[in-house]
Amino acid sequence: MKRVIETSHAIALAVKLARVKVIPMYPITPQTHIVERLAEFINNGTLDAKMIHVESEHSAISALQGALLSNVRAFTATSSQGLALMFEILQIISGMRLPAVMVIANRALSAPINIWNDHSDAFAVRDQGWMQIFAETAEEALDSVLMAYKLAESKEVQIPIMVNIDGYSLSHVYEPVDIPSQTLVDSFLPKFKLEDYLDINNPKTFGPIGFPDSYMYFKEAQHKAMKNAEKRIKEINREFKKKFKRSYGNGLVEEYKIEDAETVFVCLGSICGTAREAVDQLRVKGKKAGLLKLRYIRPWPSKSIRKALNKAEKIAVFDRAFSFGSEAPLYTELKATLQDKQINSYVVGLGGRDVTIEHFKKAYRMCSKNKNGWLY
Amino acid sequence: MNKKMKITKGAVIKEPGSTVKYKTGSWRTFRPVIDYEKCIRCGLCWSQCPDMAIEKKGNKFVINYDYCKGCGICAENCPVKAIKMVREEK
Amino acid sequence: MIKEIVIYGRGGQGAVTSSYVLAKAFFYEGFYSQAFPSFGVERTGAPVEAYVRFSKKPINLRQHVYKADYAIVLDSSLIEAANVKEKLKRNASVFINSAKKRKYFGKDIKEITTDITSISLKIIGKPFVNISILGLFATTKLVTMESLRKAIYEMLPENLAKLNYAAAMEIYKNVVG
Repeated sequence: MKRVIETSHAIALAVKLARVKVIPMYPITPQTHIVERLAEFINNGTLDAKMIHVESEHSAISALQGALLSNVRAFTATSSQGLALMFEILQIISGMRLPAVMVIANRALSAPINIWNDHSDAFAVRDQGWMQIFAETAEEALDSVLMAYKLAESKEVQIPIMVNIDGYSLSHVYEPVDIPSQTLVDSFLPKFKLEDYLDINNPKTFGPIGFPDSYMYFKEAQHKAMKNAEKRIKEINREFKKKFKRSYGNGLVEEYKIEDAETVFVCLGSICGTAREAVDQLRVKGKKAGLLKLRYIRPWPSKSIRKALNKAEKIAVFDRAFSFGSEAPLYTELKATLQDKQINSYVVGLGGRDVTIEHFKKAYRMCSKNKNGWLY
Repeated sequence: MNKKMKITKGAVIKEPGSTVKYKTGSWRTFRPVIDYEKCIRCGLCWSQCPDMAIEKKGNKFVINYDYCKGCGICAENCPVKAIKMVREEK
Repeated sequence: MIKEIVIYGRGGQGAVTSSYVLAKAFFYEGFYSQAFPSFGVERTGAPVEAYVRFSKKPINLRQHVYKADYAIVLDSSLIEAANVKEKLKRNASVFINSAKKRKYFGKDIKEITTDITSISLKIIGKPFVNISILGLFATTKLVTMESLRKAIYEMLPENLAKLNYAAAMEIYKNVVG
């Protein structure tokens, strides 16, 4: 059924449809609407789950870890400073190979205090062993949560995942969303079952010490599982299409008017929508622009990127985060992936600065002169 | 960027009391008006205004409409009901 | 063709809710729609803008609205304070809540003013103007009162929906006759 709802509401519905059992929660703007909805569902009896009101984000993520270890599907969400406070536990969860799903309503980091959208929170935790997906629309946010559970819980993967949605710019948007039925979701998402969990009748040890003679092997296994995820993401995308009649590119990346494009924009998240509009407007003027939307940054889809950008002459990468003293993070990785291409870097939309069609048109012009820049 | 805004190191605001530059009077939907015939000069409104928008001038309490946001706390708490909230019309 | 609306209000007046109701109503009318807020200071009284887009085709564009086809002003003092004119296209239409019988714009802007606060006070019993003013917007016939009714009932608890819809209807009838 298609309804006009808020992205945060769409995510809450996805969590409900996934039959999540435990929701440890600490509020922070702009993530709060998600859990407010979940609290409503629990209160009106439409979601059979336990919400744990914890005293900090550090506790929220710790309770998420505990819940997963007791063999139930769990959920939490946070933003910015909240994610920063969770940092310590992030690699504990990925190292213990727990299939956690967490939504990040992306928000800039302080100081100066800023409650608006950029990707500095997501990129700050990029290397903690979590998969990271970015959604463009409310419907994609809902779908991504369902796909995330299936992906994270796949035996050959078993890695936690963050579903990123742009704070305010997507989290607070109302737009049409096709809400799938419970029956359909049940046929897509299997019952939650860990191979190893806390069970008094079958005691096991979790989270032991990894001495120097073993630690490296566990870390390499995490990396291999992440690479397995690439294949699994494509499979899940195909299965999703069969069941729900929609999908997102090959699952890892989505191409828009790229076949004959000379200049290709590369971006993440909700600004891809505005980029599509910019591509259309440039094409009306005879300028061959295209868009490559990255859905995942971890696993980094290098094969898909190389395939998609094979013919592109110029590439303009849009970052909404920065590595101070170095360069914009997506730009760095794209250069490593495509070493023989002209790639230019554009830093946009930090701290909620609006990203407009004009930014893309300006980048298009600068790219033709092989110039990088911060676009205000 | 607001042209008047200075980009200082670490976002330090060096000038004390700079908030007075940001006038919030336009936020008002209702304006408090003091009836000085009824006012007993108790100063309750002056002490309770969350925006310190009521000033003591001589033996009189005067509302500074540049900053008053029209919250109505003064009117609510006035012991002799000397303050009325009147709709703003512009 | 995408059409764009800016709703001007003050924190607590419900401009954002108003934009959400309108997006739902446009959807019932057969349009694709999108609504989102532009928050500044999240405090009662601070100026707030909310945006609505509607189109016969799916909407990709996500930037703020910079040149609107329509503006809805919940508090006429914002016309100056928020510089409403700057964000209007030529020949834009503006729907204003004001008790004053005056013109706020020049000839190139269509404006329609009603004392929404008084009607809301009479029907709802509180100066809630964010939903009732949509009755004034419905006089454009871009959305029917029926679509608006469905959207209002979806967004608000039933008792409030009933009163707000009644106020919107009265405002609509006052104009349309």
